[in-house]
Amino acid sequence: MIKILPSEITNRKDYMKRRNFIKGGLASMAMTLSSGALAFHNKDNLINKSTLDLNDKLNSYYEITNYNNYYEFGMGKSDPATNSGEFNPRPWSIKIEGLVHKPGTIDLEHILSNITIEDRIYRLRCVEGWSMVIPWQGFSLSKIIDIVQPYADANYIQFETVYRPDEMPGQKRLFNEFRGVLPWPYLEGLRMDEAMHPLTILSTGLYGHDLLNQNGAPIRLVVPWKYGFKSIKSIVTIRFVAKEPITTWSKVNPREYGFYSNVNPNVDHPRWSQATERRIGEFKRRETLMFNGYEDEVSDLYKNMDLIKYY
Amino acid sequence: MYIKLNLVKKIKPLLFFLLLTPSIYWTTKFYLGDMGINPIDKIIREFGNFSLRLIIFTLFITPLAKIKALRSIEILRRMIGLFAFYYICLHFISYIFLDHFFNWNYILKDVYKRPFITFGFTSFILCIPLAATSNNKLIKRIGYKIWKKIHRLIYFIAPLAALHYYLLTKADKTEPLIYIILIVILLVFRIFYYLSKKDSLPR
Repeated sequence: MIKILPSEITNRKDYMKRRNFIKGGLASMAMTLSSGALAFHNKDNLINKSTLDLNDKLNSYYEITNYNNYYEFGMGKSDPATNSGEFNPRPWSIKIEGLVHKPGTIDLEHILSNITIEDRIYRLRCVEGWSMVIPWQGFSLSKIIDIVQPYADANYIQFETVYRPDEMPGQKRLFNEFRGVLPWPYLEGLRMDEAMHPLTILSTGLYGHDLLNQNGAPIRLVVPWKYGFKSIKSIVTIRFVAKEPITTWSKVNPREYGFYSNVNPNVDHPRWSQATERRIGEFKRRETLMFNGYEDEVSDLYKNMDLIKYY
Repeated sequence: MYIKLNLVKKIKPLLFFLLLTPSIYWTTKFYLGDMGINPIDKIIREFGNFSLRLIIFTLFITPLAKIKALRSIEILRRMIGLFAFYYICLHFISYIFLDHFFNWNYILKDVYKRPFITFGFTSFILCIPLAATSNNKLIKRIGYKIWKKIHRLIYFIAPLAALHYYLLTKADKTEPLIYIILIVILLVFRIFYYLSKKDSLPR
């Protein structure tokens, strides 16, 4: 019924073969081309820590880069790929603010040249009921947190997306408020233990390429056990705070989007069920897994919490 | 300048094919795998959106036909209405079959737990008597007055369908709002017309 070209499905073996090819071939090429941005994702120190379940197949690069929710570039799924051409993600720096010993501005190039980029294959579950499997490249957020040394009372972290209406057409539209488009800049947040969790990464690439603009270039958060909107894109500010910070969706619609927004098949979104999901590329829906299948890794973070109340 | 009945009669078959074409186009594209990255979601939305537009289209016919010059277009109303029902059915079937693959347990939960599905489903059920009584034989059998009463269900069907669309929209509610405003205007027109005529409600 739904035709998927065999070429659109990359299985893990081929992907890893491709990785090795990229590592071997392109890395040396990138080095000769001096500071090619691509170089960051093709160093030899790639560590593969990824796990992929038997019934999870990687989504294709095409699917991952053409079906996006990134309202700064428009509200249709293909809008981010179409409208993000003007966005210039380099050079890039991230402001570190709030309750930390070492506030300031960190250059992205500086981060990348001092950090080991790892492969992380994660499931991504959108609150709208679809999901993908994405081979990210990035590093644990905890590495940055360790460097900037938060104070003891920094219980939460707030993230902020860049605000550039000239380059992001979704941010400059008229009557945004009336249309129910989000207030900018986009804000997200994590509790400190969630932020420190080894699964939580800042991603700078996928499928061995630098992130494309529509996927949140040049650097974005990926929290695989939470709904996709928590994984904020194109981060310019990381703010350490004492109290639970404002996050965009929960501010716009607190009844429907909570601060935690953990993937939970037992807690429905008021307007739709979260019990099942459609994996992009598949016909039949599949059951949604508790914490998006990362229950063993993360359930300890919430062991004394009422997950219905703190949705 | 009056639009002649003969002309409308000539246009009618053309309109028939015009309204049929989108369903063939989308189904073919779906079959060929050319419906984008999430084709099931896409085809359900296309069918649903088009049926709502057709519902509004039928609501336009009656007030427009009050204008003497346009009186003849009234004969198009039934066909447009039946096409609206056709697309609603396609919308409903693709939800049942493509989206949930006859998972009735899940679908029934959806219908009573999700307001937007409750509204959409109610709207669909209310359409059935309208479609069933859209032929001359039945109108004769049940009588014009009863037929008219049945067809007033459209005053519930249209707002419910628009509300269904409004509620499922996550952000940018411009389009569903336009539909709601149009429906309100068209229904208010009927109320005013009724009050001015002190007659029975216009159809």
